[in-house]
Amino acid sequence: MSAAEAGIVVVGASLAGLRGAEALRRHGYAGRLTLVGDEPHRPYDRPPLSKHVLSGELAPDATVLPERAALDAQWRLGHAAVALDRDAKAIRLADGSVLAYERLLIATGAQARPWPAASGGALAGIFTLRGRDDAARLRTALAGGPARVLIVGAGLIGCEAASCCRDLGLPVTLVDPNPTPLARSLGTWVGGVIADCLRDAGVTFHAGAQVLRFAGDASGRVARAHLADGGAVEADLVIVALGATRATDWLSGAGLMADAGGVTCDGACRVLGADGTPCPDIYAAGDVARWPNPLYGGRLMSVEHWGNAVAQAAHAARNMLAPSEDQQAYHHLPAFWSSQFGINIKAVGLSAGAGADAVAIVQGSRASRRFLAVYGRAGRSIAAVSFDQARWLPAYAEAVAAGQPFPPIRDASDQGGFLAMAPGFPPPRAAPTPIEAHHG
Amino acid sequence: MAEDTLFSEVLDPANRADPYPIYARLRENPVAPQRDGSVVVSSHAAIRSLIFDPRLSSEDLPPSHRPRTGNPLKDWLLNPIKDRIATAHRPLIFRDPPDHDTLRHAVMRAFSVARVEALRQRIVRDVDALIDACVGRDEVCLVEDLSYPLPVSVICDLLGVPEADEPRFQAWATQLATALEPDARHDEASRHRTVAAFDAISGYMRALIREKRRRPTADMLSALAAPGPDGKAVMGDFDLISTAILLLVAGHETTVNLITNGMLTLLRHPQELERLRADPERAPRVIEELLRYEPPVHFRTRKALGAIAVAGRIIPKGAPVILLFAAANRDPARFDDPDRFDPDREDNQHFGFGGGLHYCMGAPLARIEAEIALVALCRRLVAPGLMADPPPYRPGASLRGPERLGIRISGIAPG
Repeated sequence: MSAAEAGIVVVGASLAGLRGAEALRRHGYAGRLTLVGDEPHRPYDRPPLSKHVLSGELAPDATVLPERAALDAQWRLGHAAVALDRDAKAIRLADGSVLAYERLLIATGAQARPWPAASGGALAGIFTLRGRDDAARLRTALAGGPARVLIVGAGLIGCEAASCCRDLGLPVTLVDPNPTPLARSLGTWVGGVIADCLRDAGVTFHAGAQVLRFAGDASGRVARAHLADGGAVEADLVIVALGATRATDWLSGAGLMADAGGVTCDGACRVLGADGTPCPDIYAAGDVARWPNPLYGGRLMSVEHWGNAVAQAAHAARNMLAPSEDQQAYHHLPAFWSSQFGINIKAVGLSAGAGADAVAIVQGSRASRRFLAVYGRAGRSIAAVSFDQARWLPAYAEAVAAGQPFPPIRDASDQGGFLAMAPGFPPPRAAPTPIEAHHG
Repeated sequence: MAEDTLFSEVLDPANRADPYPIYARLRENPVAPQRDGSVVVSSHAAIRSLIFDPRLSSEDLPPSHRPRTGNPLKDWLLNPIKDRIATAHRPLIFRDPPDHDTLRHAVMRAFSVARVEALRQRIVRDVDALIDACVGRDEVCLVEDLSYPLPVSVICDLLGVPEADEPRFQAWATQLATALEPDARHDEASRHRTVAAFDAISGYMRALIREKRRRPTADMLSALAAPGPDGKAVMGDFDLISTAILLLVAGHETTVNLITNGMLTLLRHPQELERLRADPERAPRVIEELLRYEPPVHFRTRKALGAIAVAGRIIPKGAPVILLFAAANRDPARFDDPDRFDPDREDNQHFGFGGGLHYCMGAPLARIEAEIALVALCRRLVAPGLMADPPPYRPGASLRGPERLGIRISGIAPG
């Protein structure tokens, strides 16, 4: 088959892959279209996995994403792409088959960061949560009524899982190296609200604690976690929620600018070769893509959020079909949501990632757990988060996108005085750039 | 007429049948200051931005001459609408967060999807019975025969008002709805009729709530009157009464217009009526397009608590802001060929139920009622034709709809 007949291949059959494929069709692409996915499932939605699926309100297979247009695509599901040969314009799949492409969209996303086997990660009863099968296995294990659930990592997934476990009546211990939950995404000042929720819900929260290793019983099942301070937590079910790494292993020999932090693109979502020149026939979108976002002065970032997967895939698809002189830059204001402890959290902008130096509640109150907080940097508004107050958020999103002064809105209907606080972000784990915006 | 008095043309009853050319002129300046100090907002983008803006208050202007009758409920009604801010007992459409949120949350918890879906079968029966009653006639008076009796009966059932009391509610609801029109404050006599209706309905509601507390039933008023999980009342008695009245008026007058405007529009587009008759699955698309094309509520007024920059203009602090939803629904910058009725339209993000914080709480119920009524009318009325086009309209410019809608028929098909 010639390259032109091979058409467009989309590697990654999750949200970005599906929405990218749909956008290709919507923009009039009528050629051959192939979607490759490592899981056997049709594209499904991930946000419910750590919420309604864990709590049992939604079956894991009820998360299938609607296909909004007739795709007329070839599906190659259940076999991951394992290598890319740019000279041959072909990819190799795990079953050994070779798939030629004319143009390629990389949307392989990310994978949960596992616990190292050397520190007990191979014991039975230790779970990560990323895919639908993970959620199904974890749901079955939770329904079995463990004596105590230990969750490692109080980020959004860890907190959502803790909330679900308490809804199920399970004893829960949550361990995180930071002083409060959600410290990396929202800072300790806002994270303190979730710390209060954890306490009210009966979660045992070990702040400032670090798990060193897991120990098992005679049957090879996890029994306890040993902490850095010498203490231990007894638990027969562990959820490791330590974030994700980008799924780029398969690109290691391809001569692209790709590593565990993502595959680097130009502003138009074209993947860069190792020499820094854009490949005209390879694009990337979603969690795996790292691109210079014009909204942040062209700093390289990858955004692991649902909304970015949708928007970036559609943008990349548009550029894939456009001539080289009409490649448009992708602008994106990061945004995410979460629901936990009965609270709907929504956020826009980058707070820690863009160096927030102040935060203020501009509407509502911390005590009522219903509020809108704005993050500022050097007198400008750079991000906003709402707790059970999502309907006001778009006004702040506009203000953040426009870089208005901090705080951007005065005279709101339920506004008291402002008091700017230190947001309380933990020091970065690694080099400050490139930025990673976590969770979807 | 001058730019800065265009909105008075909207209010002029002479323009009730077709306000859309005035809306088009208003959209030329989508944030248009009027001579009376108000600002009319008419583009989709500007309204979209404003409905999410926390500086727009629903609590209206501070009082200048607030009546003091000793009865706070009566005070509220005697107040010109623009002066109602500081009165203590306002329904939640006239309130801001945080109070608004608490009340809305309580209502939404009781107004569950399950409760609305449970009404479906009874709405089907009601619609069929109302159409059956027209058998043997060669014309249907849609408002009187169906659009009017259906919603009041459904909302009474939802709230838990005994069937025998429904006729009294019809009269009260009609009078109270006039209080939502900007013109109402100019008409002293009408205001006093409104107060009388309010006295009557709130007395009735107070007794009914007492009864629901004593003997709770499966209805929504019982749910709202019951203590919350902490044993405390979910809302105070004044709030409960004003909420019940709000649900009655808002759930009634608007749905009348949706059904009547809907049938009027379908009769003006016979091919769409035919398609809906042949394929009732089209109903959700038809209803959404109706909500865009002929919405039951054309505008709502808010107040700017601060200066707000929007669409390149500044709305001054303190200005009344008229959100002209029906004009935004016809904005050519947002909708292709906006004056065409096209149920197949994609991405139909209309303001038919308003938007933002005060988005219509009864939207799911209104959709079900309109869907069942319009599908049944299309299927059962044989060879329907408009007797007058345009039909006579009710006075309201905001809650806009025909007063009567005569439909000539050659028969009624069995249900």
